[in-house]
Amino acid sequence: MNRRSLLLLPLLAIASGASAQQILINAAGATFPYPMYSKWFDGYHKKFPKLAFNYQSIGSGGGIKQVTEGTVDFGASDGPMNDTQIKEFRDKHGFGILHFPTVMGADVPVYNIASVSTDLNFTPEALAGIFMGQITKWNDPELMKANPGAKLPAADIIVVHRSDGSGTTYIWTDYLSKVSKQWETKVGRGTSVNWPVGLGGKGNEGVAGQVQQTPNSIGYVELIYAVQNKMKTGKVKNLAGSWVQASLEGVTAAAASSKEMPEDFRVSITNAPGKDAYPISSFTWLLIPEKIADPVKKKAIKDFLAWMLADGQTMTSALAYAPLPKAVVAKELKAIAKIQ
Amino acid sequence: MAATPTTVSTSPGPVRSAPGDWQRLRSGDEAAYVITFMAAAGILAITGLLVLELYTNSSASRGKFGWSFLITSTWDPVNDQFGALPFIYGTVVTSILALLIGIPLGVGAAIFLAELAPPKISDALTFLIELLAAVPSVIYGLLGVFVLIPILRQIEPFLKAALGWTPFFSGPFYGVSLFSAGVVLAVMIIPFIISISREVILAVPGDQREAALALGATRWETTWDIVVPYAKKGIMGSIFLALARSLGETMAVTMVVGNDPKIKASLLAPGYSIAAVIANEFTEATGQLYTSALIELGLVLFALTIVINGIARLLIIGADKYKT
Repeated sequence: MNRRSLLLLPLLAIASGASAQQILINAAGATFPYPMYSKWFDGYHKKFPKLAFNYQSIGSGGGIKQVTEGTVDFGASDGPMNDTQIKEFRDKHGFGILHFPTVMGADVPVYNIASVSTDLNFTPEALAGIFMGQITKWNDPELMKANPGAKLPAADIIVVHRSDGSGTTYIWTDYLSKVSKQWETKVGRGTSVNWPVGLGGKGNEGVAGQVQQTPNSIGYVELIYAVQNKMKTGKVKNLAGSWVQASLEGVTAAAASSKEMPEDFRVSITNAPGKDAYPISSFTWLLIPEKIADPVKKKAIKDFLAWMLADGQTMTSALAYAPLPKAVVAKELKAIAKIQ
Repeated sequence: MAATPTTVSTSPGPVRSAPGDWQRLRSGDEAAYVITFMAAAGILAITGLLVLELYTNSSASRGKFGWSFLITSTWDPVNDQFGALPFIYGTVVTSILALLIGIPLGVGAAIFLAELAPPKISDALTFLIELLAAVPSVIYGLLGVFVLIPILRQIEPFLKAALGWTPFFSGPFYGVSLFSAGVVLAVMIIPFIISISREVILAVPGDQREAALALGATRWETTWDIVVPYAKKGIMGSIFLALARSLGETMAVTMVVGNDPKIKASLLAPGYSIAAVIANEFTEATGQLYTSALIELGLVLFALTIVINGIARLLIIGADKYKT
């Protein structure tokens, strides 16, 4: 063996070692659960050092697009894929795609009124009316009725919404569509909508900043964001008629009380019927192809899902995400077998 | 960006069969020609590919809406209705506002720094101004949100008292507005105008100044009547660069413009710009038509840049003719 080939040896060792041992799983999608996912992927990687995840938080739309294109092993989205998107996936690959709920989140109304120090109560009608541009003053009878003690000013309401497409907006507009027929027909639900009124802020921080700076404004942010920044949030009247302050328990209660979970887990849990249910809640999903050709990757993804549903769920509260209800976990564990 | 290709066509071609080719090749003429030609052609190719990509990927939206895309103002991703007019309006208004504020301040400062200020102060200030050009736009956006808008809230009553009778300063003011975006953009483009204009003013030959002074002109007359007209082309170049920067600015604009796709005459009302809506909505856009409409917006912005640049150039040519 001459010197030159000796030099090549370590290179060869690295190359063969990497291909035989290290497994890299690529994923992309929703930004909202990113802190949770990155903690899970990191924890799982520490447990099984041979397995590494590369998750790009490019947004739900991007996640759906990339998993459909087949450029990632799985996707993630804050809203379930619709029938057209599922059909597109099936046409392209010849098999379907599975939804796995991972954690839950919620939207909370935040506001800035100098004369109000208590938590305001919002009826579904009030929220829909304000965002529709029909309730324009803070001392509107609908708001006065729900907040007997509060000093509501005779000032114009300034609405702030998200300007960037986001799952947060999807949850908010999904809720408004459920409580207001008019909202459903005129505006509808989506990650971006044609807002009847209001200013757009970029990201949770954009909306929160805008609300804090603008007197007499109202907006909505992700529950986690409001918790971490200790923001004053409104209570919302749920379907059962009780006033609920957003909390992780309230979100889990909403998922537990929502109607029968469908086989494909594509379900909206806004406006859930439970007594303690916080009505503006939603799942976020992993989008996993039904067939995974590489047996090593397939096993890794299935094992990860099982771990995420067991150990993973105990890690959620520390990051202010609501864990899945037990019934959903049990159902998902069974669904893992569908991956072939 | 539109001016680059013209330099290619005017350069002479190589004479391949002439005697002494080897000599020329060795001395570098041919090689230099080929290399610089490749560089220029590369720019053309990038621009061409960009337009081609934007054009092909926006076919769904172009097919469905046609020219009405440019003149309708509904932007409704839920019902797949897309019209670009409010975004075009917002982009044009904020950029014009930025130029209206930026040109007098920028050119004025450049004249001071190049002609009137003591060299030491001029060098120090120029260094600082060039630093400003390197500040990331998100920082300008943050300054806009936390510093400029609170200040504008203070001066807004006076603005309204003085100009409230015009439609441009009527209606409620929420802080975020076309006006705020215009001011932030002005601050962002001023360093470009100052830095380039100062360089071209400094490059005016000393003979010009000496001749004017010898004829009895004052220092200001020399500067304004001799030096500035001499440097006019360069100053205009700096303004075009500033305009291009403000038309395409995304982050700083979206943070202060209000992101509301409506057309209102009042500058105090919120608006939206093309670059901002693309950045905001592209990541979460699902559905072919929606993505395609966003890509078509990119195409529109590209065309808008060319049109506005063209109009500006025509205005200058017209002004020149009127003068002479």
